[in-house]
Amino acid sequence: MAYDKFNILTSTAVPLPIENVDTDQIIPARFLKATERKGFGDNLFRDWRYKPDNTPKEHFVLNNPIYSGKILVGGKNFGSGSSREHAAWAIYDYGFRCVVSSFFADIFRNNCLNIGVLPVQVSAEFLQKIFEAIEADPKAILKVDLPVQTITIVASGQQESFDINNYKKDNMLNGYDDIDYLLSMKNEIENFAKQMPL
Amino acid sequence: MSSKTTLFDKVWDSHVVRKIDKGPDVLFIDRHLVHEVTSPVAFLGLKNRKSKVLYPERTFATADHNTPTINQHLPVKDPLSANQLKALEENAREHGIPYWGLGHEKNGIVHVIGPENGITLPGATIVCGDSHTSTHGAFGAIAFGIGTSEVEMVLSTQCIMQPKAKKMRITIDGALNKAVTPKDVALYIISRLTTSGATGYFVEYAGEVFRNMSMEGRMTVCNLSIEMGARGGMIAPDEKTFAYIKNREYTPKGSAWDAAMEYWKTLKSDEGALFDKEVVFNGSDIEPMITYGTNPGMGIGISLGIPRAESLEGGVSTYKKSLEYMDFHEGDAMLGKKIDFVFLGSCTNGRIEDFRAFAEIVKGRKKADHVTAWLVPGSHRVEEAIREEGILEILEEAGFELREPGCSACLAMNDDKIPTGKYAVSTSNRNFEGRQGPGARTLLASPLVAAAAAVTGKVTDPRVLMELETV
Repeated sequence: MAYDKFNILTSTAVPLPIENVDTDQIIPARFLKATERKGFGDNLFRDWRYKPDNTPKEHFVLNNPIYSGKILVGGKNFGSGSSREHAAWAIYDYGFRCVVSSFFADIFRNNCLNIGVLPVQVSAEFLQKIFEAIEADPKAILKVDLPVQTITIVASGQQESFDINNYKKDNMLNGYDDIDYLLSMKNEIENFAKQMPL
Repeated sequence: MSSKTTLFDKVWDSHVVRKIDKGPDVLFIDRHLVHEVTSPVAFLGLKNRKSKVLYPERTFATADHNTPTINQHLPVKDPLSANQLKALEENAREHGIPYWGLGHEKNGIVHVIGPENGITLPGATIVCGDSHTSTHGAFGAIAFGIGTSEVEMVLSTQCIMQPKAKKMRITIDGALNKAVTPKDVALYIISRLTTSGATGYFVEYAGEVFRNMSMEGRMTVCNLSIEMGARGGMIAPDEKTFAYIKNREYTPKGSAWDAAMEYWKTLKSDEGALFDKEVVFNGSDIEPMITYGTNPGMGIGISLGIPRAESLEGGVSTYKKSLEYMDFHEGDAMLGKKIDFVFLGSCTNGRIEDFRAFAEIVKGRKKADHVTAWLVPGSHRVEEAIREEGILEILEEAGFELREPGCSACLAMNDDKIPTGKYAVSTSNRNFEGRQGPGARTLLASPLVAAAAAVTGKVTDPRVLMELETV
């Protein structure tokens, strides 16, 4: 397994009602100097979380103990910018298994799916409902059900469906990544390669 | 299904190894470009699976992101950077991949050296662990950025799993006004479509304006496709494309060239082919651009004022936060704003034509005293051309220094960081908060606008310096 299987996630959520959160905020470039996938959780949203002297910025949501959970809720166009998969790693390593937004940037969404973070895209209206629920109760619980593809605000029962490509869904349910699949069709690939000019 | 297909369809469909029912396509990758930042963990993954690179001959590696742009002959000071460079060197050697590290004559920014060496070809599928891979689409290739897991995928199987994107065509006809460069065209498009306006789409750029552009200009435009959320951008190859690539080192030769040309000449969208979305702009509407906010879509014509929040769609509070970061205000004129740094370089505008444009403005003038300027060629080839054409003399006479190739201040992984609170007019591609250094304030612009700012010390319309009338 490439990552822990994802089935049904029931958790409190951390609200980040900011639009256009780009990958330079999620993981600043100076942290891409790693040669291993370690410590990325510590640097998630580094410059929003910590001052230059490494003391925490009190008003940033990740530093506020009333919020916790495995779900991050972000404003629209989450993850725009770079292809750095490190952004998805930082999210996973911090402890989030799911990001909810009304719109995801493509490469970021792909990267999340590849490493076991589930991007859940909901309507702008439902996103607003989620933010309101969390504002009313920081311990509000969300239920993300991958098999039936729904997300529910448990206290009120409000629910919406989300899309996910069938192939990626199967992978997430089983904790598989694409490489195993591709390695299994290596002969077919090598035959195909013969007809492709160098 | 219609028999009329787009350029994107033709290249995509001819590279599908297998279609997965209700899933992505397995896409064969012709060219894999590799650099030191997004490859170490991928090679580690390969090692852990006891796998090797399937087609080293389709793989090319360079060092560009993490590298210093001065004293490249000395050992790299930053231990983490040095580690990454060493890892790539070792990985490349182990797997038989050409590696053009610091000091190598072919070294440079990955999206500059690909086309320079004939690695980038029309009708090819090209990937790299970097979002500006879209640059290579200028040659009629399908080129896009990938994450580290996908780098591992391509290394071990030369394939990637991708759902086929939707298709958008952006057509711009008409002539461009003086001092309006491909960079301005791209910034204009993004300002109209926003940073998420093309998400889910692969873009084809069509029309007179793109046909009239040089290959380097087309590269600049395709490079910035990602900044409006597009998966990639491409321009149909034509005589300019073939003339550019002919006889470069990795370009096919002899009968292989003839066979390739037969294929390449078919690479255009059929008349009447359907796109999921068509957008049309007028070339003559575009003026030199500059950004004022913290995403590449927040750009305006240089003569205009910063838009008021009410006139925009979308989050007012996010807009205000952005202006606050920049210490700009609604209604401010951009012209006349004092700036501190100028950066000429990056995969967007680090090629010889960009240096020619910069030199055209600074010739006979002097760099403003308070301005720090970093001029970073995209590769050693570009550096050589700068010397051969006498541009270096013009730059030095004007008080500028040339640095060595690398991504440099575009993302400031090395020491080329804009200090907190300082304003930088930059020919790069992103103005996100802290991108060029914590607290740095980036104004994206063309080489002409950057040059004008470098000699006046403030945001200046280059047309004024080019002895043309401002509109």
